[in-house]
Amino acid sequence: MDARILVPRAATRGQTIEIRVAIRHPMETGFRFDAMGKPLPKNVIHTLTVRYNGAEIFRAEMGSGIAANPYLQFYTVAEASGEVICDWTDDNGNRGSERAAVSVVG
Amino acid sequence: MAGDRFVTRGPRRSGRLLLALLPVLACALPASAAQPGRPDPLKSGIEFASADVRGMQADDFANPGMLWVARGEKLWSEPAGRSSKSCASCHDEAAKSMKGVAPRYPRIDPGAARLVNLEGRINICRSRHQEAEPLAYETEALLALTAYVAHQSRGMPVAVTVDWQNRRNFERGRDLYYQRLGQINLSCAHCHEQNWGKRLLGETISQGHGNAYPIYRLEWQATGSLHRRLRSCFFGVRAEVPAAGSEDFLDLELYLAWRARGLPMETPGVRR
Repeated sequence: MDARILVPRAATRGQTIEIRVAIRHPMETGFRFDAMGKPLPKNVIHTLTVRYNGAEIFRAEMGSGIAANPYLQFYTVAEASGEVICDWTDDNGNRGSERAAVSVVG
Repeated sequence: MAGDRFVTRGPRRSGRLLLALLPVLACALPASAAQPGRPDPLKSGIEFASADVRGMQADDFANPGMLWVARGEKLWSEPAGRSSKSCASCHDEAAKSMKGVAPRYPRIDPGAARLVNLEGRINICRSRHQEAEPLAYETEALLALTAYVAHQSRGMPVAVTVDWQNRRNFERGRDLYYQRLGQINLSCAHCHEQNWGKRLLGETISQGHGNAYPIYRLEWQATGSLHRRLRSCFFGVRAEVPAAGSEDFLDLELYLAWRARGLPMETPGVRR
């Protein structure tokens, strides 16, 4: 699974920073059929969590209503230099992870 | 020759039909229909898109096509085939070596002595230098590499030229463009030359340029090639659909690139 995460490289302490995550995933709804009429099993990223220096700062529970290649954008307050780690799991049990470092000054 | 097998009515019959429809057509089509050629002013497909789609394309992170570009960047330095060479082994940094390459395609490959587009050229590299199996058309890997290579030329004008080498391909492509096709009996020109800017159901008809391909299409929820898009146009007029990567589509791609010359490359484009 390809994914991208965007976090400002540098921030000042107390600053609100924007975090963006994009994941390549079919987000198969479970409502579709293949060319032979066989139902395509549901396969969506059901859970996505984002940790910042070990603490969970964001969690998304997604379902079949989310389009393919989900793109999420959210905000947090920069408190200390460290890593933002995004983990997710889909219905097939595939896990993915993407990380980015932020350095906080002041 | 190229377009013959798509014609569902003989030329004579379609001629008679055209005569019968002439009064209707005369009302329906603008005066510019009498002067076929490149649309003026030249407008990229993105100019017909809604503000949110334009915003999505302009934002390099929100643009889902960039996921394919990122994949292509990885593939660029991954060794493949018996030679264990990667693209980077010969071409080094794509940002330098591939800048300005995509706008010149499709072009005649001297070694293969035939018209190839960017996808075809990547596959020639695979078989000639990497000694690897060619990638099938529309596969994720080929789309990713094509998007990555074309992305290096973003902002540069489409710059194909027509010369003695590719003139026959160009003429076949042009003939296919103006050829009435399918049960609906429309040519490319009827929509994209004579009626661009008007509405077709929920869509605004574009001028049909290929300067943003491979594109991320929201309808596909994936990135796809120009040939995939051409297939939906052929399907839409209920014509026999040529295979992706076929000679007919390559010729048409060349003619479309000639029409679009001067427009900036947008790869990866986003369209509805």
